[in-house]
Amino acid sequence: MSEKILQIENLTVDFDGFRALNNLNFSLDTGELRVIIGPNGAGKTTFLDVITGKTKPTTGQVTFKGKSTKGNVEYQIARLGVGRKFQTPRIYLNLTPRENLELSCNRYKNVWNALFGKPSSAERRTVAGLIETIGLDAKADLKAALLSHGEKQRLEIGMLVAQSPDLLLVDEPVAGLTDEETENVGNLLLALAESHSIIVIEHDMEFVRQIARKVTVLHQGTVLCEGSMDEVQNDPRVIEVYLGKQEDDRAAA
Amino acid sequence: MDALIQSKSKARQRLLIEAGIVAAIALLLLFVIPPILVGSGQGFRVNLLGRYLALAIAALGIDLIWGFTGILSLGQGVFFALGGYSLAMFLLLQLPDGQLPDFFSPYGVTELPWLWQPFYSLPFTLFAIVFIPTIVAATLGYLVFRNRIRGVYFSILTQAALIVFFNFFNGQQKLINGTNGLKTDTATIFGQTVSSPPVQAFLYTLTILLLVGGYALSRWLTSGRSGRLLVAVRDDEARMRFSGYDPTMFKVLVFAISAGLAGIAGALYTVQSGIITPQAMNIAFSIEMVIWVAVGGRATIVGAILGTLIVNFAKSILSERFPQFWYFFQGGLFLIVVTVLPGGILGWLREDGVRLVRSQINKRRPLQTYPSLEEDPGVQYERKNLANRESDG
Amino acid sequence: MLSGLLDGIFSGISLGSVLLLAALGLAIVFGLMGVINMAHGELMMLGAYTTYMVQNALKGTPLFGIYIFIALIAAFIVTAIFGLVLERGVIRYLYGRPLETLLATWGVSLILQQLVRSVSWQLVTIVALFCLLFFGAMWIVARRTDFERARGWFLAIMIPLSAAAAIATGNVLGTLYKPAFTKLWFDARNVDVTAPKWLRGGFPIAGTQFSYARIFIIVLTIACVVGVYWFLNNTPWGLRIRAVTQNRTMSACLGIPTKKVDALTFALGSGLAGLAGCAVSLLGSVGPNTGQNYIVDTFMVVVVGGVGKLAGSIIAALAIGTANYLIGSNTLVDLTAPIKPLSDTFAFFSTISMAKVLVFALIIAFLQFRPGGLFPQKGRTVDA
Repeated sequence: MSEKILQIENLTVDFDGFRALNNLNFSLDTGELRVIIGPNGAGKTTFLDVITGKTKPTTGQVTFKGKSTKGNVEYQIARLGVGRKFQTPRIYLNLTPRENLELSCNRYKNVWNALFGKPSSAERRTVAGLIETIGLDAKADLKAALLSHGEKQRLEIGMLVAQSPDLLLVDEPVAGLTDEETENVGNLLLALAESHSIIVIEHDMEFVRQIARKVTVLHQGTVLCEGSMDEVQNDPRVIEVYLGKQEDDRAAA
Repeated sequence: MDALIQSKSKARQRLLIEAGIVAAIALLLLFVIPPILVGSGQGFRVNLLGRYLALAIAALGIDLIWGFTGILSLGQGVFFALGGYSLAMFLLLQLPDGQLPDFFSPYGVTELPWLWQPFYSLPFTLFAIVFIPTIVAATLGYLVFRNRIRGVYFSILTQAALIVFFNFFNGQQKLINGTNGLKTDTATIFGQTVSSPPVQAFLYTLTILLLVGGYALSRWLTSGRSGRLLVAVRDDEARMRFSGYDPTMFKVLVFAISAGLAGIAGALYTVQSGIITPQAMNIAFSIEMVIWVAVGGRATIVGAILGTLIVNFAKSILSERFPQFWYFFQGGLFLIVVTVLPGGILGWLREDGVRLVRSQINKRRPLQTYPSLEEDPGVQYERKNLANRESDG
Repeated sequence: MLSGLLDGIFSGISLGSVLLLAALGLAIVFGLMGVINMAHGELMMLGAYTTYMVQNALKGTPLFGIYIFIALIAAFIVTAIFGLVLERGVIRYLYGRPLETLLATWGVSLILQQLVRSVSWQLVTIVALFCLLFFGAMWIVARRTDFERARGWFLAIMIPLSAAAAIATGNVLGTLYKPAFTKLWFDARNVDVTAPKWLRGGFPIAGTQFSYARIFIIVLTIACVVGVYWFLNNTPWGLRIRAVTQNRTMSACLGIPTKKVDALTFALGSGLAGLAGCAVSLLGSVGPNTGQNYIVDTFMVVVVGGVGKLAGSIIAALAIGTANYLIGSNTLVDLTAPIKPLSDTFAFFSTISMAKVLVFALIIAFLQFRPGGLFPQKGRTVDA
């Protein structure tokens, strides 16, 4: 059991009568990279909301590293080791990328430390290294509001890494990026997967094919099927609900 | 690593320069301006200056919470009044044993209410001036922020709290003299009446020292990691939460500190104006405090002080000359600052003023790109790369 | 005992209906644009003064018996136009900055209060002349192509010039036609609206007097709520307003003129404030500060009611009104007389001002359980 980093049992979420997640079961091995796909409204984002504590499950429970996350709010879950990247990049616009990364990198996140703590030299080195990794060294001391969309995406991924979580939740990391940038982000995620467990939500099928080892398909709030990219693509149910009754190639394009 | 050490020593140098400037201004306010004003027959303006400097301490608190953290509190008057009432109660109790403050007799109160008892002690009073507002703010802030009530919701809740405290103080005649408030000018302390020149001079000095202290506190809070976290609260609370920070505690902290500063300001203002009444908690006064900061420039600590002095002296001069136009002027000030001058005076100086002056001298406006090409590190980086490549090849 | 309770409930509901009437416009505007209009109370005050002026104009004419209806229409129109000007002139530049809007509308409320105190023909002339000169010049100059570059100079020259011309003219006219021209219309004292004969008095039930004026206000509130409900649900513009409330960007993409919707909604909200002001004038005398007495309570209605549903505002207004009255009067003290400590507690809070203290505490307690109000917006669209 210990190699399961995340386990979700019988999860149901209701919004005012609308059932966003319906009796969902899911588990993730430590060190696994999993891609979740599914048509719009399948409950992908709600799924992440529940894991990170933003939305409370109506029934069911989430177990992270063998402990139930019930009763924990977002920041507590984040401190347990869950990092999240949003669909649209969310960074602190009035701080520089360096400061953004420093805040994420900081190990002690209580008020006392914020007042009297100073960044250690190890943290500073980590930040400097990360800035180079995400390719922002030229703009490290500009306000983040001046960054382009792709740069913001990279900065947010960098902040996620700086936080050094055990589980990364990444929501549509390549939305609005060029092909080259997409490939870079893909390689970045693959490199991260060596030492982290990652869940990626994505629509871009090219990208999914680039990084995916195991894919989970969500449909109407439940897991429709799970398996390798090829298995999933050949599953008749998936073809019907998600790819439509069309040729694989056209749907993937 | 070299660069790091260099930048550190540079930062220290800058800090020393800043401290020097602050000390110079404080000395100027202490020893130069009062004699000049007295000499020109405007002695009463020294008292006004002292009061406005006291108000500036409250403005510092608002700059912290609104300018940096982006939380608009419309209830600072509560904390201001709590500080003022605390000190006033202490002063009114400076009487021979067994005597009660005068105002009690018309209400037929013959025994000192229990609320007053602790205010015999000076240490408790000093503690109360700072920490009663702090505790009230922390409690209210925790109950509100915990539930992620923010933005205008928080603003109007603080305003409701203000009205509630106003009503409470107004209604308690037998406890704190209701609408009439507490008069401190005839009270005695250390054998002198509070309104006598030596005591007032002492208070003026104290105000300046505490203002410098408040300035240092604000600078400390807004630099370094805590300052970045305050900005982070303003920019994106959700991001903070998902990064493992609890924004609630930071917001409670900054709200409590701003309340403490308002409490100090209230105490100093009360003893220099001679009276504290529930009017310190009317809606207009608390919103006015925000506009002082807005005029000076939000998120610039100096701006808060500067704005307070400018607006208040403008008020005292304008309302002497044209009493009815002050409100038009003030209303217009709200509109103009918010729509045309969102950065306040300091913000305008930083953004446009320098450029305007330079262009007037050069007769030529420098071309602006965004961000200016010359200063864009990205461009510089590319240029350096190009140069390297050329030298390589 | 029974009559006391009946009286308490009736007064509470009538207080609540005033609150609801005042909060209705505020809630619609807040729901649509996220803007808290601090000048809402002053719009109410304008409505009340309009009522006063209509009453004076119709005094002695046969229409005096029904002047209140004419006043309602006039108050609605005057405040709606004013709201329109406010939206076009100030608020539209501040969308997306709710805190700044709050400060700006506070500035407007200060100006309105002072305006009522010092309005005279002289002031009207000065303001009108200034607007004519300044905007007229702007209209002429704005057609030049290089206007944007010269804008700063234009403003720097034209503002003082028009102001000086306007003030000089006003002062000259003021000295020429001394008393009539410079006489203040209202000055700072409160004015009284006399209710028409058929609204005075009341009819007794079970020993309680049900005042006609209060019944009239309750009926007016019901009419307004029904009217607003019908407008939002059954007219094309109502549909557009609801669409923009839910998703502004999408509505704009579908070709809904969101700017017009904003202006219309703001005018509607302001007009409702005017009606509320008209109603308030029946309850007591009206002064420049009248609006201030209502704003905080109406804000609380919006906070407790939550955004998005009218029902929230209705329940919240009635609850706050009734709670305020029941606690503030001696009703609860009498009711709980058998239980001594409870009745003593209520006795401590049994003045109008102390009742607000307790009601505020209750609101804070309520928000611990329902931070989003009675009817919060749910789902993943809500920002974290």
